[in-house]
Amino acid sequence: MLEIENLHVSIAGKKILNGLTLTVEDGQVAAIMGPNGSGKSTLSYVVAGRADYEVEQGSIRLDGIDLLRKSAAERAALGLFLVFQYPLEIPGVATMTFLKAAINAQRRARGESDLPIPDFMKQVRAAAQKLDISQDMLKRPVNVGFSGGEKKRMEILQMALLEPRFAILDEMDSGLDIDALKTCAEGVNALRGKDRGLLVITHYQRLLDFISPDIVHVMSRGKIVKSGGPELALALEASGYAEYAEGAAA
Amino acid sequence: MAAVQQTVDTVKTLDVDAYKYGFSTQIESDKAPRGLNEDIVRFISARKNEPDWLTQWRLDAFRRWLTMEEPRWARVDYPKIDYQDLYYYSAPKGTAGPRTLADVDPELLRVYAKLGIPLSEQEALAGVQERRVAVDAVFDSVSVVTTFKEELAKAGVIFCPISEAVQTHPELVKKYLGSVVPATDNYFATLNAAVFSDGSFVYIPPGVRCPMELSTYFRINEQNTGQFERTLIIADAGSYVSYLEGCTAPKRDENQLHAAVVELIAHDDAEIKYSTVQNWYPGDSEGKGGIYNFVTKRGDCRGIRSKISWTQVETGSAITWKYPSCILRGDFSRGEFYSIAISNGYQQVDSGTKMLHLGNDTSSRVISKGISAGHSQNTYRGQVFAHRKALRARNFTNCDSLLIGNQCGAHTVPYIEAKNSTAQFEHEATTSKISDDQLFYCMQRGLEAEEATALIVNGFVRDVLQQLPMEFAVEAQKLIAISLEGSVG
Repeated sequence: MLEIENLHVSIAGKKILNGLTLTVEDGQVAAIMGPNGSGKSTLSYVVAGRADYEVEQGSIRLDGIDLLRKSAAERAALGLFLVFQYPLEIPGVATMTFLKAAINAQRRARGESDLPIPDFMKQVRAAAQKLDISQDMLKRPVNVGFSGGEKKRMEILQMALLEPRFAILDEMDSGLDIDALKTCAEGVNALRGKDRGLLVITHYQRLLDFISPDIVHVMSRGKIVKSGGPELALALEASGYAEYAEGAAA
Repeated sequence: MAAVQQTVDTVKTLDVDAYKYGFSTQIESDKAPRGLNEDIVRFISARKNEPDWLTQWRLDAFRRWLTMEEPRWARVDYPKIDYQDLYYYSAPKGTAGPRTLADVDPELLRVYAKLGIPLSEQEALAGVQERRVAVDAVFDSVSVVTTFKEELAKAGVIFCPISEAVQTHPELVKKYLGSVVPATDNYFATLNAAVFSDGSFVYIPPGVRCPMELSTYFRINEQNTGQFERTLIIADAGSYVSYLEGCTAPKRDENQLHAAVVELIAHDDAEIKYSTVQNWYPGDSEGKGGIYNFVTKRGDCRGIRSKISWTQVETGSAITWKYPSCILRGDFSRGEFYSIAISNGYQQVDSGTKMLHLGNDTSSRVISKGISAGHSQNTYRGQVFAHRKALRARNFTNCDSLLIGNQCGAHTVPYIEAKNSTAQFEHEATTSKISDDQLFYCMQRGLEAEEATALIVNGFVRDVLQQLPMEFAVEAQKLIAISLEGSVG
């Protein structure tokens, strides 16, 4: 369970999150929608533990553990996963090498031994097949020369292998055509489960056609301003964000 | 904090505590008196029981050296070296003359075991160890043992300390010594010619592919002692050899001088692959102590279609001044230089290569990866030259620099000179920084900052790591992680 309470965050003196409170239960898929600049990406970065953000007030807990006292790597080992909007390239590091390093780093942090190589290979192969990721892609350096769709599929592959307790999907649909979006969404849906919470951040309703949320939150000016069922997303699609936009009457 | 614990664990799995080779060993030694003069040169020559021509060669070099100036053109800064304050010869007691493993002081064997260098032939022969590498172990000024000599002799390969080669193969030594790096070459090479103590000698006869990797491990142990080894490798027509060199030294507060010379000669169709993992003590985090590494390495592609390839991983030394070069004299000859130079703390590196195209249709390739962290300065200095008569020379140079943090510097100083219009020279250079985004991405997947940095750096240097023999590549990879410790704030 992810619990965010009264979160105030600024970067370089600029206030981005303004008393945000949000709870996502285990097994729940929550969507956050909001206009550009409402602080959606900042929220994902702050939860994941990126430096350069100043948390002025509030708390973030995963399964009751205070995340703000943990490094990004420690949060990952606790089971937090972020699907990046723009996955980073790491030249020269084969994807397989990267996957192995990540899996074993998390296992070690939890006091487990390294995953035996044959098991690792088996797991990667099975997960890759589901996402239509070729062996050749796994040999290539992490995200280097990958298309937008390939990058996102690789993110979902990592999520499948790392089996997080909680995942945040930051604008997963950006840069994806409809086919790639379907593949990725299927990958995500396969990872839905009663023990796993998901937070889907998106600007457009279209992603939610493929990953249907249990609850929809609308974010504006750094906090949640409205919550409701899936019908809220559809209403937003029809009316736009005008009533939540900067400068609109609160 | 868990982050710290993670780092500690990472280090533990690497089985090191920062500079793990920093121990020194109490071994009785036989030293020449402190200082340098003609008597010392004669003393060294006499200890090695050298013929007159060699004593004279040394003395000529010494006299020449007295008239020379220490070079100051490199981008390194260090206090004046007092050459009279050093010992120029130090030998572990009781190790005079050629010997077998059985005669070696067990304490010395323990030192090498601690360094992880297999000197035991029996185990390797019995198949206990997987790798079979012949090792020449040089401790301070002398070679203490050379393994697999008999096995190699069957193939006609000569692999022994150069001091021994002077006795057993004087004609070869006389013919080739100083033929690539003349005694008058430069300040440090000339000093080496005067006082060189030991080093390895390799001769591969025509048509022979050396049956195993040859390697030399250099260890400076004594205090205030300079190490001046000299290595000479000759690959006769159609032969092949792969040679590895490793270096370590104890942690000491004062700076120690290392001025080595390596000469390679490749005849027609011969190939020499020379790999170095240089891990001399780099000094402490404040920049105190460390080795001054002033090395002259040069290969002569003397024959048609000959090939010389240098691969180096430079992680140690307070100061590195080193430009392994190729003289591409034979037509169709090829020179290669692959380098990873990592500097951290207050290390200063000025390293690169020279590719001198003299024959027709010669080609060369230079791949240099410089990584600077901490307060270090890292310079690539490379020369590519085509002679007026050297037709169709080709070179490709790629030098990439990676910066970690904002206190360090990376510099690239290429010298490209084509004296005729048929040459094709390409030069690519990039400088980049490990981005916060990349680091965050890796950390979000569970890697702590230092591990993430090491991973990114390993990716950065991959092209060069691939050039190293397997075992060395693994060692080098670990070394990179260790060298960069503490580089992420």
